[in-house]
Amino acid sequence: MAFNIYDFTSFTQSIDEALYEWLPPFWALIVEMTIIGLVFLIGYAIIGLFLVYAERKVCAFMQNRVGPNRVGPYGIFQTIADFIKLLMKELVYIKNSDKLLFNIAPFIVIIASFMAIAAIPFAKGLHAIDFDIGIMYVIAVTSLGVVGVLLAGWSSNNKYSLIGAMRSGAQIISYELSVGLSLLTIIVLAGTMQFSEVVELQSSGWFIFKGHIPACIAFVIFLIASTAETNRGPFDLAEAESELTAGFHTEYSGIKFAFFFLAEYMNMFIVASIAATVFLGGWMPFHIGSWEGFNYVMDFIPPLFWYFGKTAFIIWLMMWFKWTFPRLRIDQLLNLEWKYLLPINLVNILIMAFIVLMGWHF
Amino acid sequence: MNSFYTYFADIFRGLKSLLIGMSVTGRYFFSPGQIVTQQYPENRKTLKMFDRFKGDLMMPHDTNNQHRCTGCGICETNCPNGSIEVISDRIELPDGKKKRIIDKHIYHLSMCTFCNLCVKTCPSDALAWDQTFEHAVFDRSKLTKILNKPGSSIIKDIE
Amino acid sequence: MKEIINLPVRSIEEEEYHINMGPQHPSTHGVLRLVVTLQGETVMKVQPHCGYIHRGIEKMCEKDTYQQIIHLTDRMDYLSAHINNHAVCLLVEGALEVEVPERVKYIRTIVDELNRIASHQLWWCSFGMDLGGLTCFFYGLRDREHILDIFEESFGSRLLHSYYAPGGLMQDIHPNFQKRTKDFIKYFRKKIKDYDNILSGNVIFENRSQGIGVMSKEEAINYGVCGPSGRASGWECDIRKKYPYAMYDKVDFREVLSDKGDTYARYMVRIDEMRESMKIIEQLIDNIPEGDYSVKMKPIIKLPPGEYYQRVESARGELGIYCISDGNKTPVRMKFRTPSFVNLGVLDKLSRNMKIADLVAIGASLDLVIPDIDR
Repeated sequence: MAFNIYDFTSFTQSIDEALYEWLPPFWALIVEMTIIGLVFLIGYAIIGLFLVYAERKVCAFMQNRVGPNRVGPYGIFQTIADFIKLLMKELVYIKNSDKLLFNIAPFIVIIASFMAIAAIPFAKGLHAIDFDIGIMYVIAVTSLGVVGVLLAGWSSNNKYSLIGAMRSGAQIISYELSVGLSLLTIIVLAGTMQFSEVVELQSSGWFIFKGHIPACIAFVIFLIASTAETNRGPFDLAEAESELTAGFHTEYSGIKFAFFFLAEYMNMFIVASIAATVFLGGWMPFHIGSWEGFNYVMDFIPPLFWYFGKTAFIIWLMMWFKWTFPRLRIDQLLNLEWKYLLPINLVNILIMAFIVLMGWHF
Repeated sequence: MNSFYTYFADIFRGLKSLLIGMSVTGRYFFSPGQIVTQQYPENRKTLKMFDRFKGDLMMPHDTNNQHRCTGCGICETNCPNGSIEVISDRIELPDGKKKRIIDKHIYHLSMCTFCNLCVKTCPSDALAWDQTFEHAVFDRSKLTKILNKPGSSIIKDIE
Repeated sequence: MKEIINLPVRSIEEEEYHINMGPQHPSTHGVLRLVVTLQGETVMKVQPHCGYIHRGIEKMCEKDTYQQIIHLTDRMDYLSAHINNHAVCLLVEGALEVEVPERVKYIRTIVDELNRIASHQLWWCSFGMDLGGLTCFFYGLRDREHILDIFEESFGSRLLHSYYAPGGLMQDIHPNFQKRTKDFIKYFRKKIKDYDNILSGNVIFENRSQGIGVMSKEEAINYGVCGPSGRASGWECDIRKKYPYAMYDKVDFREVLSDKGDTYARYMVRIDEMRESMKIIEQLIDNIPEGDYSVKMKPIIKLPPGEYYQRVESARGELGIYCISDGNKTPVRMKFRTPSFVNLGVLDKLSRNMKIADLVAIGASLDLVIPDIDR
């Protein structure tokens, strides 16, 4: 196949083998992990900063504004400048707060998003770790972030923070179900939870096309539920600027606030990349059945480009929601989950199972 | 069955309303020509305030450095905030009459509320509005201005 | 004194706590402090605390001449500055029995309605922002800018105009005024559809506002909730209809009423009022008669001794001015019955047993302007 030229498997494997040749196995493992860690750390910062910039630009265009345009051409260095500013800011310590939990909370949030990014396949062979229960792992890890949010709200000794944290807890517990179930719909179709296999299976067509209507419904539900899980508008009740000033991170300043801020955007990226991988074929190019020529041309576009393109599209969709809709109320939020998304999701899985059983999918 | 129908009707009605909302923001997103932001420090050259814009009080002087202020103090009494102080002198004219002339017309921009009463009530139309709007200064004393230029005198025919 | 002590004060109960919304809070739009008693997220009681932006305008009026009072009333409800000024002018003209020229009446009516639209636009965008739709904020301000440009060209300032003077106007309208106003009406008729699309019809917004903070007609009358908030409860309280001033008895417009009384009704009444205001302007803008822009007034106005009351319909409701004069050039007492202060009173009643998010929505739908509350 044509995209063999973009196969990173041999490249990563040769590094792996070379390390094990030179070093004892233990040190080779350590070095390998350090390299991966550093690569992710840099990637994390770059993607996070870029997303902040992108969000500001997207919302500005939706609101008939220009957005950041002062620092650098088109303001591309604006977020870096902001980040430096946040680094230099004073860390305000709160009286009567639970010091330990208060300091730990931002790290929990950021570690949870960091762990999730490890399982995401960026291209063939560009994959930190390929669990055979990859999807399950990502769901489990992304929901860890709420612990950080809850701790932040609890330890700040601020009632606004506490309300925000409690809202966030209720929200994530309920929307976790929808995220899981909508992914489960696709797992039923795919028959595997391993990300690499999920992507391979989509070489003949993305799951959103393969799985007929149930896959589309699952995609929409996943988008809604994952937006809620990342605490973004219109589900940003934990933050709820107009009600709770800043919700759970009211009392945080400086770099600790930046951690929350960055984690929010990274969670958005992770969620979008899961959606891109599971529903839109990950790094797999766009193929149409028997159009050999068309497929051949598509194969020449690098998989990283496909991956980031799809992710960016979904991120843009999420930004579009956020900057259009008003915020929901907490009881309506739970209503939406338990009365609408969950029943539809359950029926949807049944339909999908039926389709798979009858072999009606492509 | 009816509740079943309303359940789904609600969902589709809701989705439709959301899509209508998204079409508005989406339309603006793809039409950057509608951006209304002005790039302020860059457009300083072309930025033109309206003629009537009340930016700063001034006393128009003609080419001979002459103004129209008689120093009567009506603007001072009409100012609600005390932002105008008129200090006038009495001089003796060659024919022996005494005449009041203006020494200093002090204007405190920091206290002015731009109510237009001084300009409106001035009997000799000596005051007018300037269109400047960049009033920020580092020292408050710079906001106190003397409106009559040094060495200026009153136009002859004003009484 | 005894009765006051015996008033049933709702004490804090178990599992209840206070939070201070404001004086610095994004959704109080100013320095209003609400002490909210909460049980979980349910609002049990709201205690508004005023006075953070009290400037003593009523007292300052007592040392100012009637021309100078104009610049103070600008600063009460700064979003309907022209309408506040109109009240003072009408009071003085009524007391002196001065008949202003037709041209002045026309211009005042048009400018009042433009001011009302601008005020409602700002209310719309802050209402959207309070409910979490930040994009509304920019659309509202974008359209308001056109009105402010009209104001700036004719009156020289954008927010606090001091344009009306007892006996007429400060200066004549700018030659471009009519053209610009007509352009704006054309422009805004298109853009108001965006308002409907992005907020009015939105299912999230409907759920957030329908059935929230329901105020019956009796309650509206009891609390004296006037203006669009009162009309949303079905109370016909439009001063423009009941006690017409300026040109309002000669133009054709509808008093927008609703019988629901909830947040959504208050929202829709204001949106429809913008349309009605445009209708009023359209009827007047082409027929402004030629004439003088002011009658000749004495430089120092002295009202005959007595008590005077004048009311106008400001963008938030009935603005009443009560004035006692002893024949001097300054009033002995000026009392402003400002709509925001009266409307604030019903906030506690409406938001009890609602969620904290509803409190924000109800507060926004009452359209409070904090300097108008404190004066």
